Amino acid sequence: MDNISFEVKKGEVFAFLGPNGAGKTTTIRMLTTLLRPTKGKILINGFDPLTQQAQVRNSFGIVFQDSSLDEELTAWENMEIHGILYKIPAETRRKRIKGLLEIVGLWDRKNDLVKTYSGGMRRRLEIARGLLHHPKIFFLDEPTLGLDPQTRNKIWEHIHELNQKFETTIFFTTHYLEEAEKMADYIAIIDKGKIAASGTASELKKQTKTKSLEAAYLAISGKDIREENASTLEKMRMRMKRIRRM
Amino acid sequence: MLNTIYIMWLRQIKRYWRSKSRIIGSIGQPLLFLVAMGFGLGPVFEKAGRGNYLDFLAPGIMAQAILFMAIFNGVELIWDRQFGFLKETLVAPVSRLEIVLGRVLGGATIATFQGLIVFVLTLFLGFRPQNILFLPLGLVLMFLIALFYTTLGTGIASLMEDFHGFQLIMNFLVMPTFFLSGALFPLESAATALKSISKINPLTYGVEGLRNVFSGTVGMAVTQDIVVLALLSFITLSLSSYLFSKIEA
Repeated sequence: MDNISFEVKKGEVFAFLGPNGAGKTTTIRMLTTLLRPTKGKILINGFDPLTQQAQVRNSFGIVFQDSSLDEELTAWENMEIHGILYKIPAETRRKRIKGLLEIVGLWDRKNDLVKTYSGGMRRRLEIARGLLHHPKIFFLDEPTLGLDPQTRNKIWEHIHELNQKFETTIFFTTHYLEEAEKMADYIAIIDKGKIAASGTASELKKQTKTKSLEAAYLAISGKDIREENASTLEKMRMRMKRIRRM
Repeated sequence: MLNTIYIMWLRQIKRYWRSKSRIIGSIGQPLLFLVAMGFGLGPVFEKAGRGNYLDFLAPGIMAQAILFMAIFNGVELIWDRQFGFLKETLVAPVSRLEIVLGRVLGGATIATFQGLIVFVLTLFLGFRPQNILFLPLGLVLMFLIALFYTTLGTGIASLMEDFHGFQLIMNFLVMPTFFLSGALFPLESAATALKSISKINPLTYGVEGLRNVFSGTVGMAVTQDIVVLALLSFITLSLSSYLFSKIEA
């Protein structure tokens, strides 16, 4: 990352776009206290991730790109652990877990092990879990990756509702540009570690004299395919394959 | 604070308890050692006038089972790293120390339980402890062995990105630790070099302690074993909490 600077307003739906390897996930890692920036200043809900870790961590919820659920536990148990880690009192915790699992349509399956869940169910569970402590900011790193249109639609309904109801600030990344165009109040396009452009969807289209966000995006970040560093999970899968072949 | 430790502890226990194949699988190896060594080497041992070999071997195999399980539980951290759950705990508003303590206590509890299973197994095979009243003391020793190796495994796992190094740990740490601990043969008649190595091997103290407890000779030696293991556990616990706190995900 190279000296990027941006601001997300309270209650805004902010889309963070860019080609693979542009630095989206790295930025999220820095914003969420998982990685220390070498220089510069970050404020999350008014708190500094370097010096006020606990306050920052209480302020946000996150859905990582790769699943971070415990597959050997049930949905309920995953929620319970989260609630306890975030120090939500038992009674409130149980009420909220029930409410959230109902919203994402997993209440009937609450006692099933997560490893029996489909990709879409897992993602819905992660969203419900990330919201359990009522975060002010919700980070979603490619929340709809690899899901069918129905599930994607459903997930966006939840996110939209949440944003409207609780004024939760949404910060998301995606490669589905129509999602960004439809859902985001504000868009930043990052490329090669720098912010290449930012604005509302219509501003970006106007700037580049294009008709769709996709065309605007390609005009800004170019049409070349980027070399991506495989994510840890992908690396692991590749390795497993190699081991099996041996 | 205690809630976090408790829930991380409980998570380990649940994962273990649900994986019946893991429980059964982890009994296989100790059983093999007990049967093959016990009935194979036993007669030779007795012919040499060293008494009942099973009485000698049983505490050693309990220690072996605990060692393997504890190291594995510690290294399981890499698993969580690869499958993502670690991140969930790393962004939570709790200190890393609480997470480590919960994990380590969970892993140590499981490994202790493993030792207890092997203890029961040895009873079936004919092992007879001198004084069953010393069993609680045996459990203390088992827990300390478990704690030491779980924290050691956790510390090593904090430094590892993936499972590539696991074979290395098995071959260069776990197996030598086991074979050079006096679990299988008496150390006092072993070659001097081997004897000196076993002196710096923490498991030696665990095996010796368990052997003394189950043969009913509880005294200074056992106290010393407990102190040594407790001190070592404290050191590895501090070290692995530090290493764990440095993990970036």
